[in-house]
Amino acid sequence: MRFAAGIDLGTTHCAIAVAPLEVEGARPDVVRVPQLVARGQLEALALLPSFLYFAHASEGPQALPWDAHRAFAVGEYARARGADTPTRVVASAKSWLSHPSVDRRAGILPVGAPDDVAKISPVETSKRYLDHLVQAFEAQFGPDARLPDQDVVVTVPASFDAAARELTVEAARQAGFEHLTLLEEPQAALYAWTLAMGDAWRTHVRPGDVVLVIDVGGGTTDFSAIAAIEKDGALELVRVAVGDHILLGGDNMDLALSHLVRHKLESDGNVVDRFQAASLVHACRIAKERLLGDASLDHAPLAVASRGSSLLGATLRSDLTRDDLTRVIVEGFFPRVDADARPATRSRSGLTQLGLPYAADAAVTRHLAAFLGRQARAIEPFAGRAGGALLHPTAVLFNGGVMKAPSLRARVIETLNAWIQQDGGDVVRVLQGADLDLAVARGACMYALVRRGRGLRIRGGTARAYYVGIESAVPAVPGLAPPVSAMCVAPFGMEEGTAAELPPHELGVVVGERCTFRFFGSSVRRSDGAGTILEEWRADELEELPAIEVTLPADGRREGDVVPVRLRPQVTEVGTLRLEAEPLQPLKAGELWQVELSVRSSA
Amino acid sequence: MSTDDLALTTRLWFAWLCFFKVLFDARFAARLWGARRALPPSRAEAPTPSPVPATISVAVPERAGALELLALLQREGRLVDFLQQDIAAFSDADVGIAARVVHEGCRRALRAHASVEPVRPEGEGQRVTLAAGFDADAVKLVGDVKGQPPYAGVLRHRGWRVLTIELPQRVGEHDPRIVAPAEVELG
Repeated sequence: MRFAAGIDLGTTHCAIAVAPLEVEGARPDVVRVPQLVARGQLEALALLPSFLYFAHASEGPQALPWDAHRAFAVGEYARARGADTPTRVVASAKSWLSHPSVDRRAGILPVGAPDDVAKISPVETSKRYLDHLVQAFEAQFGPDARLPDQDVVVTVPASFDAAARELTVEAARQAGFEHLTLLEEPQAALYAWTLAMGDAWRTHVRPGDVVLVIDVGGGTTDFSAIAAIEKDGALELVRVAVGDHILLGGDNMDLALSHLVRHKLESDGNVVDRFQAASLVHACRIAKERLLGDASLDHAPLAVASRGSSLLGATLRSDLTRDDLTRVIVEGFFPRVDADARPATRSRSGLTQLGLPYAADAAVTRHLAAFLGRQARAIEPFAGRAGGALLHPTAVLFNGGVMKAPSLRARVIETLNAWIQQDGGDVVRVLQGADLDLAVARGACMYALVRRGRGLRIRGGTARAYYVGIESAVPAVPGLAPPVSAMCVAPFGMEEGTAAELPPHELGVVVGERCTFRFFGSSVRRSDGAGTILEEWRADELEELPAIEVTLPADGRREGDVVPVRLRPQVTEVGTLRLEAEPLQPLKAGELWQVELSVRSSA
Repeated sequence: MSTDDLALTTRLWFAWLCFFKVLFDARFAARLWGARRALPPSRAEAPTPSPVPATISVAVPERAGALELLALLQREGRLVDFLQQDIAAFSDADVGIAARVVHEGCRRALRAHASVEPVRPEGEGQRVTLAAGFDADAVKLVGDVKGQPPYAGVLRHRGWRVLTIELPQRVGEHDPRIVAPAEVELG
């Protein structure tokens, strides 16, 4: 039997949902993933924590039913080891996969691992999570049902740029997936919502609606706007805008609370060791969820056991009060801000430690204000109506574990409504969603079915327009970099399976050398066609991405010669951007060179 | 009936009952504490550890489930730590703090691995009637027990029935008797 399979390859956990293709009306079911939960203890859980633990040789193999000699563990046990042996555990690999300033194919993880660990790359880490899902799938459905042979959809954050998407596909290819499709997580959340609502969803989303998906997960915050429009008498859904990649999520919130409680404990004369500090984060999460889930509680007790076998007399006791929670979480991460508030940005210093580019501003609401402000005009091409200073969503769909909390949802809606009403719009509706932890996997599976004609497909295409930097030929001026113009090589919203023709504006490539070009993306310039050249742009319109690179083999040409080429953009069926360089004077028919998108930036 | 003959399910259930009774019923705890001292060393402690724990996987198959349950409750809720510590010298406040750790963790573990429902849906203190042929395993008659059904009486304890229980599975060659490894911190 063949299946539609949706894989949520998340920052903090992975999940997989499947539906048999032959059964009409089959609904996605979450496949529980067998994983080590402790040394020598296997359990099948709905979520596979995205952690990888390199066991020391003294610990012996991390045996699984399908692999008795494995030297590493993936999942719950790996997550637990992160607390007591952090240098041997890879966490947040997905954030590294989208980190533009590191070589994402180089063995850099775990950061700070001891010498006996053969470090692996962010791509390899993702590959191993996928490997695990493949094996778990086989364990459940038998050796004849290989996961890579199914109709597979893998989700990525909407904010992933072309290179991060490409690297995700590369990891999947290495795990044996030849045919897969990428889907943006907020879209998956909306598919999961339509699934949960059944046919009734069409009464909730009507032409003219703009659904804002607010996805705050464990590690990242992702915004998307999806417009419902009427075309030829039928409803169409179009993803019209995506937000920036923001490394901010529930983990930051738990950490912030644990700092506060730790301070309370220490000012009472307690000593909190490293092990307890890790348990404290966990205890804070539970206390936070309890307080957020029950507005009648004014405090939640916290107890953190000592590391040793004595519990009595050695357990630390504190309270998380409603006031703490309001101050740290509600006001710290979801403050009421004005619509024109913008997140603080960290100035880049020349010497930074190898680390993830966490958001400098913890306020989700400020990031949201920035998104709606930047995307104020996003629906104009579709709706034919002018917005105000902000994009006006008419409905909100929440996703991600953090947004389970009713009080945080309420705060976001209240803040959002205040902005929109001030800007002359109407209050938003809230679309009541499904299980926020598993929605993405289910929605991805649903998308695999939708692609076969079983449901309404969200259109969208590329979430950005892409540009290549071209240095202008002007006399050199000391101290000034030559001005750069940007040529659009892939317009906004280029759909899967399409290619664009670029006018023969020449780029010169030196034979036998690695030639790099500056590369830019824009999530706001919607009307630039392929070949459009920008001489100038506002700083917030174009974002510089890691450079792209093409290497021309000497093959029949003289090294050092400059060969004029033109770029051919294409969006693959998978959902990745492919750029090829075609020489204007080919030596043989069909001569094309692949342009590498995901190289390490020299910045 | 010797304690060795208790079925696993009975022991599971009894372990749970004891856990909460020990926590919340000081007299019961004291009696159990005394009973614990009076007992001969349990079988688990009895065998002298073999110098080489060779093929452990076959050593204690019939107790595997019990060991896994203990390991689970220790891992999630520090239950073995709690029960192994002498609580007599500690204040109720200390016991209460530790109980939070144990209760929270064990409750999470129980909910994740088993579904448990009351045997009787009625509230305790309500009058219930037992028709002829009632399930004597599920309902125990207490008090002035005599005569023929139907019986009318007061529900004193709702009872608990485990509908499903699923424990982690053992994989690889590990000594199942280690329900919590000793931890040695390096560096």
